[in-house]
Amino acid sequence: MNKTRTIKVDYLARVEGEGAMWIKIKEREVAGVKFKIFEPPRFFEAFLRGRNFAEAPDITARICGICPIAYQMSAVHAMEDACGVRVDGPLRSLRRLVYCGEWIESHTLHIYMLHAPDFLGYESAVHLAKDFRDVVQRGLQLKKVGNEIVSLLGGREIHPINVRVGGFYKVPTKVDLLPLAERLNWARDAALETVRWVAEFPFPDFERDYEFVSLSHPDEYPFNEGRIVSNKLLDIAVREYDEHFLEEQVPYSNALHSVIKTRGAYLVGPLARYNLNFDKLAPMAREAARAAGLGPECHNPFKSIIVRAVEVLHACIEALRIIDGYEAPQQPALEVHPRLATGYGCTEAPRGILYHRYQIDEQGAILDAKIVPPTSQNQKSIENDLWKLVPKYLELPPDKLAWQCEQAIRNYDPCISCATHFLKLKIERD
Amino acid sequence: MEAKPKPKLAVWKFASCDGCQLTLLDCEDDLLTIAGEVEVANFAEASRAVVKGPYDLSLVEGSITTPHDEERIHRIRRASKYLVTIGACATSGGIQALRNFGDVKEFTRIVYATPAYIETLNKSTPIADHVFVDFELHGCPINKQQLVEVISAFLYDRKPNTPPHSVCVECKLRGTVCVMVAHGTPCLGPVTHAGCGAICPSYNRGCYGCYGPKETPNTASLAAWFEGRLGVSKPDLVRSFRGFNAYADAFRRESEAHE
Repeated sequence: MNKTRTIKVDYLARVEGEGAMWIKIKEREVAGVKFKIFEPPRFFEAFLRGRNFAEAPDITARICGICPIAYQMSAVHAMEDACGVRVDGPLRSLRRLVYCGEWIESHTLHIYMLHAPDFLGYESAVHLAKDFRDVVQRGLQLKKVGNEIVSLLGGREIHPINVRVGGFYKVPTKVDLLPLAERLNWARDAALETVRWVAEFPFPDFERDYEFVSLSHPDEYPFNEGRIVSNKLLDIAVREYDEHFLEEQVPYSNALHSVIKTRGAYLVGPLARYNLNFDKLAPMAREAARAAGLGPECHNPFKSIIVRAVEVLHACIEALRIIDGYEAPQQPALEVHPRLATGYGCTEAPRGILYHRYQIDEQGAILDAKIVPPTSQNQKSIENDLWKLVPKYLELPPDKLAWQCEQAIRNYDPCISCATHFLKLKIERD
Repeated sequence: MEAKPKPKLAVWKFASCDGCQLTLLDCEDDLLTIAGEVEVANFAEASRAVVKGPYDLSLVEGSITTPHDEERIHRIRRASKYLVTIGACATSGGIQALRNFGDVKEFTRIVYATPAYIETLNKSTPIADHVFVDFELHGCPINKQQLVEVISAFLYDRKPNTPPHSVCVECKLRGTVCVMVAHGTPCLGPVTHAGCGAICPSYNRGCYGCYGPKETPNTASLAAWFEGRLGVSKPDLVRSFRGFNAYADAFRRESEAHE
């Protein structure tokens, strides 16, 4: 019997943005996989041309309401690189602190609201809350602590207004930060509970040999700076990115696909950071990871939910450390004067490395912009996971198979608003 | 007696950053209470479950930029008792409306190697250009408390309490010293719709108009101040009105007047 069937999900839920999935199965083989992004294109890289370099952090934040800090950070670092300015000391610490806030907020949103319901068989966190109200409340409160950090340093949770090229518009005093420390003490315990909670989930037996790509810094778990490294011997400066990575357009998607020129697909995000920087995690976070059954390496993308929880714990500890050592700087920002140059910035958004490149002129006008968000870099790995995953689950009824595939996509916390610069799922069988 | 069915709430997305619908999930203290009062019938960002219409209240995020979306908004309008737009994209076209001042073919060519694969309209337009809208909630992003207020108001058939005055009034209410008068910092506060709580001036920067024009804004007078008293150059003046609400009538006319 020649049997082909199609599994499709026309509007993927619990992801940020509009995407779809289409899988074709012929006999017992997968014949095609497409992770489609139909989020309408918004042309940021085009309308940034002619804008002033100082506007880049506010404008690019609007690419994504979930991780605006990541866009602001990559933008300011790229502009400072172009202008030959280096931000250090307490201003650098405050940037790490605000990034801790975004990691806590974004990761906790994904763990509790978007991903955990898959493992426990619920349609959403609201459905989950009917049976596990206290757990969902813990998640919401943990997320709130992340948002409180972003609000205090950024002015508001979504599209913060206080980040600028050279530093901030206004910096907090030590006393301003102290109430946050109190909240973070609670959050650290809640994060530890979260690691223990997700460690008990049922995980599919699934591993692949990924090329993990993340930033690497000699002393820190990476947020804002470092070299771009991989487990397959890539080790480059941020400004060498374009020599090693390529963006390709595919006809079925509004998001460009990224590949490593010589090798193809790669993976960015929590799993990559964890595998490449395990020894830089706070000791308590490493301990929690081990207790949750993770070694220093993890190749099961479904377990990214544990890694996210470990990163939330690390972010809480790091935020507490920063607040403890903080002394307010003399000036909220360094003066930055534009010059004709190209600047490069790459920072660790919650979903992985986010690359910005700008060419500006002496007046500060942007001549050219390039932005490569994490989800466009993960698209090929997402498709490759599905190629390998579907054959294991062919016996499942169509609705269960589709859900399993959706869950595999959500392992990446795909942010489709970012990648177009939405998700439908379709599995086809003859 | 049978319990009254809960009102059905739907959330729809068009071209946007997802930030305004995220605002609903950011109501950490109120989310489960809201979920107790309404049936979340369609909210793809948060749930796989989809309940068929009609819907009592549809919240629409994002602007219309594709031929497909141009039709989809009419289906949503037909299935909705009340339709409320949330955020700058849905109320004015958003930052992506900057294409309206340029050439979208050129824009596509800059971003995509094979522009032919990309289906897009020449303009990014607000929802009210296409269907009747019951209420517009401003902001890039919208304000959490205002969102809860609007949802409550529509569930109880009353008018939402969202003052249409300027950001200036909010500065006075919170006691922030005027950044334009005291520091000479250009500020769009006098012509910008209230709702954010005047955040930017309290962080020592000028308002950049992310809540769009207030009612009856005197943009010409503010532009004269910018140019005459603060020494803002023409290109800077044009860009200041050409931000996240560039295609809102008052801001669009003012930016075009100085080109």
